[in-house]
Amino acid sequence: MSGLEFLLAGTLAASLPLLLAALGEMVVEKTGLLNLGLEGMMAIGAAIAFICVYHTGSHLLGFAAAALMSTFVAMLFAILVIGVKANEVAAGLAIGVLGLGLSALFGKSYESLTIKGLPKIDIPILSDIPVIGPTLLTQDIVVWLSILGTVALWWVLNRTKLGLIIAAVGENADAARSIGYPVVMIRLIAVAFGGAMCGLAGAYASTVYTPLWADGMIAGRGWIALALVVFGTWQTGRVAFGALLFGILSLGELTAQAMGVGLPSQVLSSLPYLVTILMLVVISRRRSGLI
Amino acid sequence: MLTAPVLALVLTCLASLVLFAALGKPAGAALHALLLKPFLSWYSFSEVLLKMAPLLLIAQGLAIGFRANVFNIGAEGQFIVGALCASALPVYFPDGDFPLMLPAMIAFGALGGTVYALIAAALRTRFGASEILVTLMLALIAVQILNYLLLGPWKDPRGFNFPQTVMFPDNAMLPILFDGTRTNISLIFALLASVFAYLMMQHHFRGYQLRTAGLAPRAALYAGFSAPRMVWLGLGLGGLAAGIAGASEVAGPLGQLQRSVTSGYGYAAIIVAYVGGLNPLGIIGSSFLISVIYIGGDSATVSAGLPVAAVEVFQGLLLFFYLMTFTLIRFRIEIDRKVPA
Repeated sequence: MSGLEFLLAGTLAASLPLLLAALGEMVVEKTGLLNLGLEGMMAIGAAIAFICVYHTGSHLLGFAAAALMSTFVAMLFAILVIGVKANEVAAGLAIGVLGLGLSALFGKSYESLTIKGLPKIDIPILSDIPVIGPTLLTQDIVVWLSILGTVALWWVLNRTKLGLIIAAVGENADAARSIGYPVVMIRLIAVAFGGAMCGLAGAYASTVYTPLWADGMIAGRGWIALALVVFGTWQTGRVAFGALLFGILSLGELTAQAMGVGLPSQVLSSLPYLVTILMLVVISRRRSGLI
Repeated sequence: MLTAPVLALVLTCLASLVLFAALGKPAGAALHALLLKPFLSWYSFSEVLLKMAPLLLIAQGLAIGFRANVFNIGAEGQFIVGALCASALPVYFPDGDFPLMLPAMIAFGALGGTVYALIAAALRTRFGASEILVTLMLALIAVQILNYLLLGPWKDPRGFNFPQTVMFPDNAMLPILFDGTRTNISLIFALLASVFAYLMMQHHFRGYQLRTAGLAPRAALYAGFSAPRMVWLGLGLGGLAAGIAGASEVAGPLGQLQRSVTSGYGYAAIIVAYVGGLNPLGIIGSSFLISVIYIGGDSATVSAGLPVAAVEVFQGLLLFFYLMTFTLIRFRIEIDRKVPA
């Protein structure tokens, strides 16, 4: 497989954990909160999914268990931030550290075990297209579902009343409350959604993308997802585009070789963070407020 | 003032007991190892003091910023850059023939950490970019810079291809505080920083300004306290402390620059700062507690078969319960049954 074919085949799968986690966090931030615990929520999702798939053989159960567990951890964040109005930066870090620790605690005895990933689906006609057919268009079911889900999320946020309410809660919680919107409930649901998405992202990483669990396997993808939300300026389409871009970059060294670039891989690995800082500067000039 | 942290510690112990028992680990032995073992020998106690130095130093710096609502989340990055800058001297003068090697290293580290943090201050004051995200991104970039140097130009040519620099010469190492241990004078730096933080935050006008900026930003504005100056000061002092801590790490227990310099002190120090109530005296206590848990965690891996991650679980639970009890103790809960119109 040539470098280009490898990229075409691998980018979507590499981007998927980033995409799912970032879309979840985007909804959280749209309601005016900031949960820094993505890395931990993804890690615990990855561990739980792996354990579940190892014992049951069912990816469906694995993804569901991961989503539930990460939602539970996200609810701890909600208790602190929405419940007792604790500092959200500290609260996010608390559940992040907790999630990372728990993932290692649960997962340690499953290290170096293997499970089956998900098969790539051959779609008639599409898979026969030269070059992109057997690579870009031959993906597992989760990739296809996630693309559908992304479109659905875009539709909800931009074309429905619920999307407007979420935006209202985020932009002016007091105003939203005064016209009777359930601010606390909306935020609670958003945080739960963010947690579930991180769980799914972790599950994909540990049971499909690389079907094995290792301590520290999330390897900073939670932070990249956090950066991605800013990069995508809280818009579904741009976040999805950013996920692809960051996904390619995360293939780092391989990409560099494929493109024949002589840069050290660390430069490529730093690019998402550099671009995010640049993005923050550009958008903050136009916006006031903290984030 | 001690109610919240003590209550948090008790709840954390209870929760860990349940968790460890549920995982089939000897829960009692685990807790014994985590909290008591570090006190049972002079050597392990000296290791607690060794761990405490960077945590205490960084947390004091961070807490100053946090109290002014300046959230420097990337102390880990400033710590790494401090370690890098300090390491430059012994890497380029491996025979130690540089005048005042050690003081120069500490100064380089301090400068590096400060400048790295001030990037975030500049972007915040000039463009309004969130320092939370900028410091975090900078921390992730710092790890890549470290990897680049260790795999490339700074790799020890005789180091069997390990990603680490040459071992530092003797005059690049911090003096040991107690014979037969690894505890070095960076503990003194940390205690001095604590005295400085106490005097500044509780007794100096600048501390009053910082606290006001945090508690009542609008009041600070009306009083004419410069908001940008609070950002520069909060981030700069945090970076300074983290940079010195980073320099002390390579000139102390590590003795060279290696990958394990990214051991998460920068993030753990945030937990230390909060559990210490952002109070200079409280932080001395919390840094000691977290250090005990680190050293205890090491022995728990042997005696109770716990993975190293148990320490993270404990830290996470501690901060969680602290944040919860802190509010519940300060405020009385009233259920408002009236639905707002």
